[in-house]
Amino acid sequence: MTMRAYLDWNATSPIRHEARAAMTAALELTGNPSSVHGAGRAAKALIEDAREAVASLIGAGANQIVFTSGGSEANALALAGSDRRVLASAIEHDSVLAHAGAERIKVTNEGIVDLDDLEAKLGDKTPTLVSVMLANNETGVIQPLADVIRIARAHGALVHTDAAQAAGRVPVDFLGLGADLMSISAHKLGGPQGVGALVIGERATVAPAIRGGGQERGRRAGTENVAGIAGFGAAATAATVTDWRTVTQLRDDLEQRITGLGAEIFADQATRLPNTTNLRLPGIAAETLVIALDLEGVAVSAGAACSSGKVRPSPVLEAMGVSEEAASEAIRTSLGWTTTAEEIDLFIAALGRIRDRIGQRDMRAAA
Amino acid sequence: MTTQARVANTTEKSDAAPGRNRPTRPIYLDYQATTPMDPRVLETMIPYFTEKFGNPHSRSHTYGWEAEEAVEKARAQVAHIIGADEREVIFTSGATESNNLALKGVAHFYKDRKNHLVTLVTEHKCVLDSMRHLEEEGFQVTYLPVKQDGLVDLAELEAAITDKTVIVSIMAVNNEIGVIQPLAEIGKLCRKKGVFFHTDCAQAVGKIPLDVEAMNIDLMSISGHKIYGPKGIGALYVRRKPRIRLQALITGGGQERGMRSGTLPTPLCVGLGEACEIAEREMPEESKRLTKLRDRFYNAIKAKLPEVYLNGSLEHRIPGNLNLSFAYVEGESLILGINDLSVSSGSACTSASLEPSYVLRALGVDEAMAHTSLRIGFGRFTTEDEVDRAVQDIVEHVTKLREMSPLWEMFQDGVDIKSIQWAAH
Repeated sequence: MTMRAYLDWNATSPIRHEARAAMTAALELTGNPSSVHGAGRAAKALIEDAREAVASLIGAGANQIVFTSGGSEANALALAGSDRRVLASAIEHDSVLAHAGAERIKVTNEGIVDLDDLEAKLGDKTPTLVSVMLANNETGVIQPLADVIRIARAHGALVHTDAAQAAGRVPVDFLGLGADLMSISAHKLGGPQGVGALVIGERATVAPAIRGGGQERGRRAGTENVAGIAGFGAAATAATVTDWRTVTQLRDDLEQRITGLGAEIFADQATRLPNTTNLRLPGIAAETLVIALDLEGVAVSAGAACSSGKVRPSPVLEAMGVSEEAASEAIRTSLGWTTTAEEIDLFIAALGRIRDRIGQRDMRAAA
Repeated sequence: MTTQARVANTTEKSDAAPGRNRPTRPIYLDYQATTPMDPRVLETMIPYFTEKFGNPHSRSHTYGWEAEEAVEKARAQVAHIIGADEREVIFTSGATESNNLALKGVAHFYKDRKNHLVTLVTEHKCVLDSMRHLEEEGFQVTYLPVKQDGLVDLAELEAAITDKTVIVSIMAVNNEIGVIQPLAEIGKLCRKKGVFFHTDCAQAVGKIPLDVEAMNIDLMSISGHKIYGPKGIGALYVRRKPRIRLQALITGGGQERGMRSGTLPTPLCVGLGEACEIAEREMPEESKRLTKLRDRFYNAIKAKLPEVYLNGSLEHRIPGNLNLSFAYVEGESLILGINDLSVSSGSACTSASLEPSYVLRALGVDEAMAHTSLRIGFGRFTTEDEVDRAVQDIVEHVTKLREMSPLWEMFQDGVDIKSIQWAAH
């Protein structure tokens, strides 16, 4: 088989074998977790074990975890129906921005949330729920959440953080951080698609969007996705022992080599996730580049997957002050725990060939 | 031998010798709470957990495209079983979400023009809860009673619809008593009156023929795990002509035509699609087989036990359901006694509470009789042997409990229990 390289882990991660095994076992079970008979109680036990595992990964109490159908739903549950003003940063995921007010916290050129701007916007005393992600999906930039929370606290504001890209990749400590609400997604850390969680701290309340049946202590109704939740739990447990040093080395190697090919890396001075690189090859449109890479067997992404069907420059890069032209050339590589040096080699070789081929054609066209 | 045949064989073998490799498990007769996955469904899902793991919304590479193709095939399979166009099917996390989205979504979108909704008192909790929530927001809701057989009174429905009514929500098949509402008549009435018709079909898809065109259905909720598919996936049918508009509950990435954001779980979508295709193909045969099993069960119980009452219409009922009240038996003791059977005393969602079923109460069943009711659900993997053993177990325990009951003794002596003045305490 021709070699392929999957470098789009921020869109979705391959499922971990531990998660797959847990799901296969759960799919063999029949019970509805709300049924009181033995079959139902067995299903319920799987959910509660998974709740412990997920809580443990992110340093929360098990009773603070509400399982949802994914990160988007967790964000909706956290923010929609809040009786406070929702103040989000300009680089949040669409599923956060959809529930936020029009006013946005600015970010710096390096894609880091601007703490002075946050402080200024909180100065008007409006009861506020601040939403700042732990790590950005497009640039991988890790946000100064401890500072955000400190400033928010001083102004009586609550803080929600979308940790979909951070959980399982960098240490996350919900209680230590002092956040009020946190969203996580299973399929970004090696669990299945279709499951996520919202962590709800002591001070926070939510307005349930899906009602009836009383599951998840009334905060999220519907028969639980038992196998998905079991897979989430197993993936969370596996994630606690995943060693990211290899990924970090591969990422550093990748960045060094693409720089050699003339690529420019966005937010390269900021503290980033160990796996994410947002880059451009000046003169080659992102759409052209991702398709050409796919033909070479390399899967990367132009911006976030949710919006990658739409051709528009990334709002994240725009918020960082990147020009429209540069933003239209941005692609994202994201690696994971099974990424190999061979995949990086394949990507670099393909990138080199495409640059030579398309770069020359463009020069001819210009001449 | 094909893989599929091998899987089917394994199932047969384990049916024949349930105790060989593991302790005997209780007989599962709770198919309205949830169903085991069909091994054929699981098999189609597996590749999408592993090598075909792409995000179906990734538009820039093969991984994304193959996932998207699988999702779209599944969408067509779901559409086919209800006679819809695939562009009218959106995936959700389950029927509870579908019901919430249909009712709140329509009510919110059209709130400037209309503010009234109509439903039945016997709907699933998630429909009733959504309605209560809308009432808190200021909407008007009419909760229609049902007749003694559990069916809606069409004349009452017609009278309840006003020019402020935006939507009528009536379930196709009740989760506790299995009765089938007259969907075609309801649909015709709603169309005539110019109101939308939503129907919760979680218990109906794959059990009875459904056709959104012939039945004039505008919105339909569908569940995966009630039809031998996975938990955590469902669908909402939303009519395109004339177009029904919804305000989304989950917004963000803009997936599912903006009506439901979030990364679609490819393997679960594939599982729901395959479950629909199998159900559609096997429904005629399966209905006959289940009717035979159910009649076998019901006839044996009636022959061996007096004073057993069927709740809800038998004629207008799915083949896989019985709901029986055993007079002069204490309900909790019965459930505890028959612990070799996985059955339910009321809907799974409410059975953890000890309140008598609101569905049975709505039929006029008194509190005591509601408390002694069992819901028995038969399904694809139920065998004749399981039915016979279940009958024996129930007969044995009911007989034993009645022997200990002073009420049973009084009844046999000809005392009219209802005439007794109980001491107040």
